[in-house]
Order: sequence, then structure tokens, then C-alpha cells
Amino acid sequence: MEEFSSTPKELRLPLLLEFANALPPLPERLKEDRDSMEPVEECQAPLFLAVDVEPDQVRLYFDAPPEAPTSRGFASVLHQGLDGGTPEEVLATPNDFYLSMGLEELVTPLRMRGMAGMLARVKRRVAEQMEAPAS
Amino acid sequence: MPVEFDQDPKIQAYAHPERLVTTEWLQAHLGDPGLVVAESDEDVLLYDTGHIPGAVKIDWHADLNDPLTRDYVDAAGFSALMSSKGITPDTTIVFYGDQNNWWAAYALWVTSLFGHADVRLLDGGRKKWVDEGRPMTTDVPSPAPADYPATERDDSVIRAYREQVLAHIGHGKLVDVRSPGEYSGELLHMPEYPQEGALRGGHIPTAANVPWRRAADEGDGTFLPVDQLRAIYEAEIGLGTSDDVIAYCRIGERSSHTWFVLTHLLGFDNVRNYDGSWVEWGNAVRVPIEK
Repeated sequence: MEEFSSTPKELRLPLLLEFANALPPLPERLKEDRDSMEPVEECQAPLFLAVDVEPDQVRLYFDAPPEAPTSRGFASVLHQGLDGGTPEEVLATPNDFYLSMGLEELVTPLRMRGMAGMLARVKRRVAEQMEAPAS
Repeated sequence: MPVEFDQDPKIQAYAHPERLVTTEWLQAHLGDPGLVVAESDEDVLLYDTGHIPGAVKIDWHADLNDPLTRDYVDAAGFSALMSSKGITPDTTIVFYGDQNNWWAAYALWVTSLFGHADVRLLDGGRKKWVDEGRPMTTDVPSPAPADYPATERDDSVIRAYREQVLAHIGHGKLVDVRSPGEYSGELLHMPEYPQEGALRGGHIPTAANVPWRRAADEGDGTFLPVDQLRAIYEAEIGLGTSDDVIAYCRIGERSSHTWFVLTHLLGFDNVRNYDGSWVEWGNAVRVPIEK
């Protein structure tokens, strides 16, 4: 988040594009099992996510098409910030964390809510899997 | 001196063929003096991933909306924007974008509020250009600032306000271009989009429902031929070219697309876009709603 807010306004979109380009591709097992991923309806473009909770770390997977770079950028910000973190760290992320990125003048409120939707879904999945660990 | 018009037979069949160009035409005219190509997208980053060589970016949110008031930029703001893109009042502007030119049509409509004379759309938009393998670049042009005298926006001809829409019910024609679920009041936003933005669902009484996307071919996104457009807007919902028509959607962008179809492709004389649209109507106190 600080990386965005400390970047001059005119460079924040290029920075988001760098994030979009850095979103890692899906692992093979998810590519073959796209139906198991959760669609994020809060996003304006098709975006899917999957969450694996291991005892000490959370793994996140996102998929969005190249013609939706803004959604890819948001997903990549979450990925870099939360992938590999502990379940407790993920659950402690403030729901309105994206407000500190300084993007609201550049990106419409509706899009910003897509970011909130992704985080809410990630946190719900983490909470569910902590309550009922996969056997 | 406008850049020559596209003589493509499908385009020539429309009421105002000077408002549309094919991808072939545009590729052949890239770099022509007096022509500026402008990309307007839903996705704010899409232009930056690659665009038509020489094209400038015009963002509906950051460039065309006033940052404070829910309104468009004023004369000085528009003049500064055009100047920064190398556009003079004599420039031919060809708009194109993602999502079947949804936002490109919106940018074209806003530009028309300021009376810019020669504005055109690229038939099929960004997707058709990309699918045909035509050239793309990430080089962002830096045009020399052009002289664009400040021109007052004229909201009286192609823009409608809430009070005018209220007085229009029962007197003129209304077209609701949202999805059937939004029209019936089941949804408060487009399918697959977040459900927010209005406290009440439904439509403005007497409005006919023609989702905006029906005007475009499902495959390549180009506008339907003129006879098919007439079948939808004239035969199916009974509009006539001299009718007083107001189109609306959620915030006025999808209805810009329908405004373009009715005004420029079918030659309607009197079509206005109600940009307040459902986020205003569905939140306003004591305006009538039908479900």
C-alpha cells in the first residue's frame, strides 16, 4: 500500500500495470480445474480466485484475462501482499486497506469495491478452512 | 477540412455515414493530418497495455467528469483536455474502445456536448482491431499542445435532466437500454456487476426496454446493418425518426451508445441522453417508478 501512496499520482497507474503484468499464472492443477475457483462478482471483469490454507501460510491464486488489466493489477496487489502470509495476518487485513492506495482519483469507486470484494472473499475462505480443516 | 469519409457500402447505408469508419479505413488513414484517434475504455489500464499507433487516451472518469460535482468538465477543462491531446476544433476525432465501444460512444457524446464537429466511431472498436491482427503499440504519443478555444457546453439539445424526463412521461418516447433484469427491478446493476447504486429498482413509466448491446453484432461487435437496426427500434418498439426520444441506463454511458445509434445511424432528429439515469431516478424522492 505504501508503495502506491508514496508514488506520485501520475505514476500510480503505471505501477498498477506493473503489478498486473506480474500476476503469476495459475498452477496446472487449477488451469485444469477452473470450475473449482470462485468468481468475484464485485469485479467488473471476469476474475476468479482460489485459496489454500496451510497450517502456517495462506496460498492465493487469481485468474483474470489480459483484457482486464485493472482487475489483474488489483489481484496482483493482494497476491504480493498476502500470499504466503499466516491465516491470522490475512484475517487481520483491514477491509478498507485499498483506500490508502491513493487510486480513487484515477479509478472509479465501483472498481475500488472490486478490490474490497476480492479481499472479503479471501478472508471468508480462510476463516472457513480454519474452522473445518481439509481432511 | 475533414479527413475523407469511409465509402464502405454498409456504412454508406446509415443515415449519417460520416460518423463511422471501418478498421480498414482507419489503418489506411493513420497519421493523416487533421486526424486524431482516441481510445476510451471501461478498463482504465487497457490503453496502457497496447493501443492503436498514435492513439491518445481519453478516460471518461479522470478526463471527462468534473472531479467534484456530478457533471462533465466545463469549457476551460474541455479546452485544456483537447489541447493536450493535440486536437483543434477542426480535427477529425475517431473514438474507439473496449466493450463494443460502450465508453467510446460515451466520450463521443460528451465531446458532442461541446459542439465538436467531426467525431466518428471505429466500427467494432478495439476488439475487432485486435482480432484482425492490426498494429498495436505501447508507445504513448506526446502531441504538441493545440489551440482549442474554450467553448461552452450546450446541454439543451442532446442531454436531458430529471425534471425534463418527468415532464416527458406520457408525452415523448423513453428507451431504457439496461438489461431486462434491471428494467424489471430484479437487479439494481448489470448482471455480474456489484448490486449497488440505487435504493429502488424498476424503470421510468412508459419506457420501452431495448438493451444497448442488441445494436451490435454478437460476434465482431460492429453495428448491425441499418435494416436490422430499424427492425429493432422502429418496428419492434415503435419509434419514429421525428419522435422526441430520451434514452437512459444506469449512469448514462450505455445510453450514449443507443443515442449514437438512433441519432447518427438511423437519423433521428431529436434524441437526448438522460445521464442522471437510474442512479439518480432510483434514488430520487417521489418520482414515479414502474416494475
